[in-house]
Amino acid sequence: MNAVYLVAIGSVANPVLDWVEATIAEWCPWPVWRVPPLAFPPDSFDMKRGQYKSVDIMKAVARCAPPEATRILGVTEGDLAIPTLTFVFGQAQLDGAVAVVSLARLRQEFYGLPADENVLRERLVKEVLHELGHTFGLTHCAEPKCVMSLATHIGLVDSKELRYCGHCGAHLVHRFTTPDGEKS
Amino acid sequence: MKKVWPILVVDDEEVMSESMAAWLREDGYRVDTAPNGQGALELAKSTDYAICFIDLKMPGGMDGIETMMEMRRVRPDSSIIIITAYATVDTAIQAMKEGAQEYIVKPCHPQEISMLVSRILKLKKLQSENVILRKKISRQYKHHDIITKNPRMQEILGLTQEIASLRSTVLIRGESGTGKELVARAIHYSGARADKPFVSVSCAALTETLLESELFGHEKGSFTGADGQTKGKFELADGGTIFLDEIGDISPKLQADLLRVLQERRFYRVGGTNEVSVDVRVIAATNKNLPEEVKEGRFRDDLYYRLNVIEIHIPPLRERREDIPLLAEHFVQRIASELGKDISGISADALKILIDHDWPGNVRELENVIERAIVTSHNGTLEDGDFAWLTQRNKGGQSWDVPDVPLSELERRAIIAVLERKQGNVKEAALALGIDRSTLYDKLKRYDIAH
Repeated sequence: MNAVYLVAIGSVANPVLDWVEATIAEWCPWPVWRVPPLAFPPDSFDMKRGQYKSVDIMKAVARCAPPEATRILGVTEGDLAIPTLTFVFGQAQLDGAVAVVSLARLRQEFYGLPADENVLRERLVKEVLHELGHTFGLTHCAEPKCVMSLATHIGLVDSKELRYCGHCGAHLVHRFTTPDGEKS
Repeated sequence: MKKVWPILVVDDEEVMSESMAAWLREDGYRVDTAPNGQGALELAKSTDYAICFIDLKMPGGMDGIETMMEMRRVRPDSSIIIITAYATVDTAIQAMKEGAQEYIVKPCHPQEISMLVSRILKLKKLQSENVILRKKISRQYKHHDIITKNPRMQEILGLTQEIASLRSTVLIRGESGTGKELVARAIHYSGARADKPFVSVSCAALTETLLESELFGHEKGSFTGADGQTKGKFELADGGTIFLDEIGDISPKLQADLLRVLQERRFYRVGGTNEVSVDVRVIAATNKNLPEEVKEGRFRDDLYYRLNVIEIHIPPLRERREDIPLLAEHFVQRIASELGKDISGISADALKILIDHDWPGNVRELENVIERAIVTSHNGTLEDGDFAWLTQRNKGGQSWDVPDVPLSELERRAIIAVLERKQGNVKEAALALGIDRSTLYDKLKRYDIAH
């Protein structure tokens, strides 16, 4: 049976995981299951850059997925990066099972501003929908308001809206209602 | 559906190439990865990558620069972005010198790569559109689009092929509507200049000063309204061909200027002090008898000889009547499909009317006559009735009070009358008079008719 699994990497506050769970439940008809949190895998921290290697985190998340997990989303406080890029907000396997989202750069504190829970929640929800969208085969959307539009800095995360555009939304509904193997 | 551009990422570290590929795939691109130069070139044999990201440092075998140089040989249209871990000016300069479009220092900000990729692809899109448009244009003007079985015309077509690749100036003579520009385009689009501009100027349509700035451009402030530097047609045609139609109508001053351009391929913009030099092939055309104009002192003989390096004389339609059925058939097909009318051909009787007509406006007149017939016809075939007005016009059928005045005065009055009926619309008036627009301008000037 289709289900979305949710896992924390390192310590993530419970209310934050509750937001994520509620978001998935709202947008996706599949049940959401939590699995016990993971520790950061050894060597996943790049000392030179002071960031976590997103690829290593994705691999760890994939390893902990129960066999029946059709999707598994990792959430972490760690700042993620890949070798060519200074950071990523999150990463997903296009049309695959695994996605991760980092809270680090969604926090106002990262930009030297006072913490703001509402802002954090909105950004996190957008990133969760964005990365999960990728796992359902959606690529970046040209419509800047769509949650699937590409955000390369926090301003672009804030300027998109908390919704899929008609085109991306229709694609998702189609994917939810057809068996996972059959792609549109 | 947006076009999916293929992108290649070459790096010996799998985590680097795969994470980069995954990031680009999220953006909708088709991304392949290769662990080394050999692997990259193998993939490039079967895929024409729009962009190749190549890591500068790869141990063993080919390094980034070598891979790039080979890649440029296999896929010269691929844009190459060199990835390097440390910014040293030397490697960057070397990479750019060997043909890299850009280089990035890893790690770089996601926005930087995203903008870089979209900028390169935007350029690629424009380039490929450009290639398609050029192909379309050259298809339109290949020799076989000039329809003829007349031996003299065949000879002309053979000649245009032969001279297409030369830079020699060509003078095309022929009555209005014989297709002088079509022949000029055929020469341009068959030669080595085909991918460069073909710029056409009608010398009769403009006053002397306007034509001068049209041809040579002007500097800011050189006359009222010249609010910026503007390139003239000669500069726009650089590398290509300029077609000077109605060359027999230009003023003595412009004749002198033109002579200088033909001799030296250099000129000054209006109001300018810097010489501009151009590589342009000149094809000129006229419906006037230039040797006669030279004898009368209206056209410089030295310019005439400069222009008349290769002369092509296009016979009027009445001297190649065997082409009339072919042309008529061609125009019916084309115009009927353009106008969305279901007309498949011309009856034999109708064709006879067309063959017997004298066609003072030549092929263009034939085209206009057929367009008019198609517009008014309600049958599947054009019948003789559709061209009845043509025979009446031929005979001068209606009675008409002709005063005792010189023929030129009649012409003047006819032009004024038609212009008034067409509310000053020169294009429509020319169509009604059965003459070329530039010929009408010429006559307006000659008869001093304000319009």
